[in-house]
Formats: sequence, structure tokens, C-alpha cells
Amino acid sequence: MRDSFVNTVIDLMRHDDKVALITADLGFGIFNKIVEEFPGRFINVGVAEQSMIGTATGMGLEGWTVFAYSIGNFSTLRCLEQIRNDAAYHEVNVNVVASGGGFTYGALGMSHHATEDLSILRALPGVTVVAPCDAYESAEATRALAARPGVGYLRIEKDVPIATKDAGAFTIGSARRLRQGRDVCLIGSGGIVSEAMKAADRLADEGVSCSVVSMHTLSPLDEALVLQVAGEHRAIVTVEENTIHGGLGGAVAEILAESSARVSFKRVGLPGVYSSIVGDQDYLRQKYGVDSEAIYAAAKLLLS
Amino acid sequence: MPIQDLPNRAWATSEQLAAYVRLHALQMTHLGRSSHVGSAFSIADILAVLYADVLDVSSDDPKRQNRDRFILSKGHSGAALYATLAECGFMAVDYLKNHYQNGSVLSGHISHKGVPGVELSTGSLGHGLSVGAGMALSAKLKGEKHRVFVLMSDGECDEGSVWEALLLASHRRLDNLVAVIDYNKLQSLASVQDTLALEPFNAKLTAFGWTVHEVDGHDHSSLREAFSPESKVAGKPTVVLAHTTKGKGVSFMENKVLWHYRTAQGEEYENAVAELKAKIPAS
Repeated sequence: MRDSFVNTVIDLMRHDDKVALITADLGFGIFNKIVEEFPGRFINVGVAEQSMIGTATGMGLEGWTVFAYSIGNFSTLRCLEQIRNDAAYHEVNVNVVASGGGFTYGALGMSHHATEDLSILRALPGVTVVAPCDAYESAEATRALAARPGVGYLRIEKDVPIATKDAGAFTIGSARRLRQGRDVCLIGSGGIVSEAMKAADRLADEGVSCSVVSMHTLSPLDEALVLQVAGEHRAIVTVEENTIHGGLGGAVAEILAESSARVSFKRVGLPGVYSSIVGDQDYLRQKYGVDSEAIYAAAKLLLS
Repeated sequence: MPIQDLPNRAWATSEQLAAYVRLHALQMTHLGRSSHVGSAFSIADILAVLYADVLDVSSDDPKRQNRDRFILSKGHSGAALYATLAECGFMAVDYLKNHYQNGSVLSGHISHKGVPGVELSTGSLGHGLSVGAGMALSAKLKGEKHRVFVLMSDGECDEGSVWEALLLASHRRLDNLVAVIDYNKLQSLASVQDTLALEPFNAKLTAFGWTVHEVDGHDHSSLREAFSPESKVAGKPTVVLAHTTKGKGVSFMENKVLWHYRTAQGEEYENAVAELKAKIPAS
């Protein structure tokens, strides 16, 4: 996902001399090509995220399309007010990028777990929030956010074991159906969609027909798709590597609660705790109940 | 004594403009029963010199690409900037009475929405210098010659983000960036010295790689000289450390933390208007 983001940025920079990349001193090795080819448009502000977003806003006000990169929570929570007051309120084309969504940085510990970002960023008016599920969506989202006016948030992860290119075109705000079924619809955001696919395989083995949807854009959310799948299935399970409060599950619940849909519903996400156990991403997903097993169990519960 | 009868845009000199800005800010905070009149008075001279004699900006074309950029980072002094912009033709002077009123666009802290001439909305301290650095960096990358001015408060310099921006601007050699610090030595609850001392302030700013000009922030010719392009050192950003008096212009408001918050009403208002009117320089 990260490589496809970087390669897309390089391509954008080659075609538009008003595209720049700012980092708060992270991205070891991955920006070498950019530094080499566009030294003036690669700006490392040092370990200073507030400065990064403020500077990006200043450039955005001058007509630049800026990608502001860091990892985990550094590019979001550390400088949240700059994203809100400076970038978003002034509607500049600044795209905040966080590498390492969810438990990507597993054993590095709680400071590096981006597990509330989707909920928090989703609350900001005018911020397009995108969590791609694979390298294809990551590249497409990068391109789409550059073309879209206003502030974007792009949450990327390390490599995932799925490739969804064949599932249809990527458009901001339009969820992608990765798998079509009848009984239960698994709606996921981000790399965790790969776990939903695993759960769907297992459910299918047991005769349960599963849909899987990549809800890559959390804001603006594809409300029509949610209502549509609510009408087509007996149950909906949302899946996110993010707190269960106010993220994808919360957004879908809001839509369903205000509709006349009659569908069983369950959120799979992180419980409202900070991680304190050490482990890699797979281990932590299992420990905190967002792996394929937890998704499978949630679907079974709703269908029982 | 109503001040609505002041002639619009009757100023010819920065000193006269400053006097009008103070009168407007007084009336605006009076009508809106809003705070920060002391902060507005503190920067009236700085704004007047900038808009009368320094900034290359025009109300006819507020977004002209080669204009100078001005950011009021101490957004709580918005009344003073709105008043300055009105006196410079960016909006009707009459509209100033809507400051702080329901349905208006003139919020207590400066906002750009619907207000020509305002480059950046602020209000949370410590934001403006980074944005200004981004604008200055953009100008460098594009080879543009305009300058970027950012006016900050002294209390604002408690924010770590200010020092992030100070580092970046000197590292990037942004000699097209001018920071102005309204050093009135009073902040929200007490003096700067008692709250979080900035001294030795000049030495700190110098150590961060900036050219520092220390001036009397109410002396127009000193301000003009400090703001002049000739005062910069190539490859270094400039900071004008302007020694000011909070509440400057009204005797009973000067150097009092109270006037960070208090709004002049009744006799206080009448007396303040009288003092300020008496000080309008003759043409």
C-alpha cells in the first residue's frame, strides 16, 4: 500500500509541478526517488507535525496540492487542530497521510497504534477520509484525493494479502463490492478487509452466502450502498481496525438507525481500550477481537 | 458621544489611521460587549504602518497573486484588523458595527470567510507563523517576490508550534518572511514575566537564526524602518520585536490585564472615546 502511494505521488509530481510532499521526518528510504527527481518539492520539516500541517496549509493557500506524510497518529492527532482550523477551514488541497493504520506497527506499542483516527477524522467537516484495503485502492485514492478539492485523510498500511483491482473502478465516496452474496454482508474499511475475505471464505464453506464490501471512504460515506445491502441481506457486520466508537461501525449504525431497514447488525472493531499487550499485527488483531475468527463469529451470531 | 459620525477613510497618514482603528475597535467591542480591546490597541500602530505604508495590497484586487500576505496570528485582536481593512476600503466602514453580532461575518477572532483582505482565520494561538512559512516557502519555490508578514502576540510564543516555525523559517532561509511580535508583556492572566518568561527574548530569536529588530511598537517611523525590505539580511527571516503597551491610547486601559477582557460601557466608554478623539492627529 505504501509503495503504491509513493509511486502514485511520483507520477502526480511528474505531471503537475504544483504537487509537493511534506514529511515530519519519517519515511526512511521510501522517498529517495522523490528527493532525487524533485528536491525542491520534497520538504522535510523535521519532527514537527504542527509545523508540517501549517506549512502545508500555507502552500495550499498558494495553490499547491500537498501530501503531508507521517506515521501512526503523528500526522493526525498530534496536529489535529492544524488540520481543523488551518487546512480544513481554509479548504486547501492538503492530503494528510498516515502510514501504519490500526496495528500495522504491532510490537512497537500503543504510541504507534492508529486506532481512533478514523473516528476522529470522520468528525471533521470537509475532510475526505479514506482507508484503502489494498495497493490498488491506495494508488487510486492517492490520485483521487489529489484531484479532489479540500482536505483528505489517507490511512495506509503495509502490504495486504488481497488484490481487488478486478472488483471495479475506485471512486471516492462509492463503496466497492468485492464479493456478492445473499445472507450476510461484511463491510470493511482498510487492510482489515482481508480478514473479512477470510471470514467470508469460511462462512461460504459452511453454506453461508457472504457479500464483502470495501467501504474505503468513511467520509463522505456511501449511504445508498448501506441501505441497498441492508435490503439485500439478513445481516450486516462492519469490520474495522479502529475503535468501535464512532468509526465505520458507528457511521453505518447511524444510517441504519435512521432508516426503516430491518437487518441484523453488529460492529467488529476494537473495544474501548488502549492496547498494552505486545504483539505483531496478526497477534493483536486476534487478541483484540478484529480477526477473521471474530468476524466469522459475529456473522454466525447474527444469523443464528 | 457617538463616534459613528467619524468621516470614513479620512486618514492620510498612518498615525491618523491608527487613531481611527482604535476608535473603531473601541466602538466594535463596546457594541458587541466583547473582549480584547486592550490587545487591539496594542497593535493599532503596527497595523496602521503596515497597511498605510508597507504592504503591497489593494482592495480593488484582494487576491492579486503578487500582493504581500498579512496574517494576524493573534486572532483575538480581530477588531483592529477588521477596522484597518475597512479604513483601507476592503469593506464598508459602516459594516464594522456588525462585529460580534448574530448573523455577521465579523467574528471575535479573525475569520476570512466573507471578509476580503483576510488571508487566514486564526484564534487558536500558534498557528499563523507555520502557515506564513508555507506561504513564504511557496513564494521561494515559485520565484515570487512578495513578502509575508505574520503578527503574533507575546503570550502566543508560549506555544511550541511557534518555535517549530521559527526553526523551519531560518532553516529554509525564508528572508521573505517577517514576523512581528506584539510584545506588550501582558498575557491572559498576568505578566509574561510571571507567567512564562520569554527573556532573553531577543537572544532566543537571534539564536534561532532570525534577524531581530527591536523597536518601539507605537513609533511609526521606527516601525516603517524595521518593515522596510532594506532591513532584512539576505537568507534570514526577520522578526520585528515591537515593544508595545496593552491598551495603548486610553490612559485607564494602559498596561492593565483587566482590559484583555473588559468591555468599555457607560462612562468608561464615553471617556475612552473622548481620549481617543482628542488624540486624532491633525492633517
